[in-house]
Amino acid sequence: MHVPDGFLDAQTSLATGVVAAGAVAVALRGARRELDDRTAPMAGLVAAFVFAAQMLNFPVAVGTSGHLLGGTLAAVLVGPYTAVLCISVVLLVQSLMFADGGVTALGTNVTLMALVGVVVGWLVFRLVQAVLPRTVASVTPAAAIGAFVSVPAAALGFVGLYLVGGTVDLPTGALTVSMLGWHTLIGIGEAVITALTVGAVSAVRPDLVHGARHVLEARELVVRDGIEEQA
Amino acid sequence: MGAAHGHRLYFHGHSPVHRLPAHCKIVALLCFVLAVVATPAGVFWPFAWYAVGLLAAVGASRVPPLFLARRMVVETPFVLFAVLMPFVATGPRVDLLGVSVSEHGLQAAAMLLCKGTLGVVASLLFAATTESRDFLAGLQRLRMPQQLVQIMAFMVRYLDVTTAEMQRMRVAREARCFSARGPAAWPTVARSGGALFIRAYERGERVHLAMLSRGYAGRLPMLSESPASALQWSVAALLPGFTVLVSLAAWTISR
Repeated sequence: MHVPDGFLDAQTSLATGVVAAGAVAVALRGARRELDDRTAPMAGLVAAFVFAAQMLNFPVAVGTSGHLLGGTLAAVLVGPYTAVLCISVVLLVQSLMFADGGVTALGTNVTLMALVGVVVGWLVFRLVQAVLPRTVASVTPAAAIGAFVSVPAAALGFVGLYLVGGTVDLPTGALTVSMLGWHTLIGIGEAVITALTVGAVSAVRPDLVHGARHVLEARELVVRDGIEEQA
Repeated sequence: MGAAHGHRLYFHGHSPVHRLPAHCKIVALLCFVLAVVATPAGVFWPFAWYAVGLLAAVGASRVPPLFLARRMVVETPFVLFAVLMPFVATGPRVDLLGVSVSEHGLQAAAMLLCKGTLGVVASLLFAATTESRDFLAGLQRLRMPQQLVQIMAFMVRYLDVTTAEMQRMRVAREARCFSARGPAAWPTVARSGGALFIRAYERGERVHLAMLSRGYAGRLPMLSESPASALQWSVAALLPGFTVLVSLAAWTISR
């Protein structure tokens, strides 16, 4: 999934590097609003979670399995700014400590996966949430749709960058169709995994789900009859 | 598990490459890969020189080449893509072993493989010779924002804890006769993922409270690493310097 070195030319790599640095700077500022002085330990632990969750294997058929990308999942669970930070940090550690994804392609990878992946996923999530009833239960389908859209969106971003700075002339139409086709399939998997995970968390600790927080605040304390008799 | 020092790709040693300050190595790695990526299209001789330079660095690091070679599997998906490229790219076609492929695509795929492989080997060499602690200190020396270094420090510190927690959950699942076959297993695996998130989040809260109780006020003590000497910088500059020269030569000759 990670773009390696030499895939895009040097100018495009540098340009996406600048975009990525800007995005991380904005996310650092925003994450302080989401997490205040807890930013460092919380974002660090969530980044470790994203890294570990990407290693969970979801078997598809004999011999093949998929894994989570986690952009939308992180955005729904901890908020978009923190999610951008976490995915960026995961990509940085993967490229420098695990040689996964080129060093010069780091800006490209951050732009596509941390910026496009998270922001598109989050916007779609909020859009769907605005349409659905304001309940905790509607967080799960909204997260699924956000995750589903975010994967082909990142793929489309890659196609766009490739047209600008690709090193090989590939037929544009075929590239777009095959990238979109594959990533729509991957998006379906991502949507299912994201929905299942968000559902599992919000069933136990809905207060931890950032995307459900404003729904929880709207709840009123209900005093039910029969409590005193039991006690 | 329980790797207290070094991470999975780290190879313990005391070679000159191991001893170089991490920030010198990061800059050297970046310059090396940039010079390799900037090689003009269609010229292949520079790659032999880059490879010689890189292998010399591997030799100086005394990391067994087999150790690096085994970890090159990360490259696999991208190799598959490169192999497909000659068949789908446009332009004049040539015959290769009786199959008609795009000439341009073939050339570009070879180019891509060379650049990608050199990049992966260089990154692996960096990872194999740099401990995570030094790596973080190096990023800090390179003026990476304090907050970002802190986040990375926490991530790196708790990575093994979190993955070990996930392994324990997998063992627990399998001890209960669970075997992941097909999408029917997804809800169970995803629920483990959810549990992993809750545990990671709650651990983060506990870590934060523990830090507060020890007087944390938004700053961590510096992960200080002594500044690099001119000699260390020049040793680190050997490989990227050579690579930049070869790349420049390739540009002047190909014109």
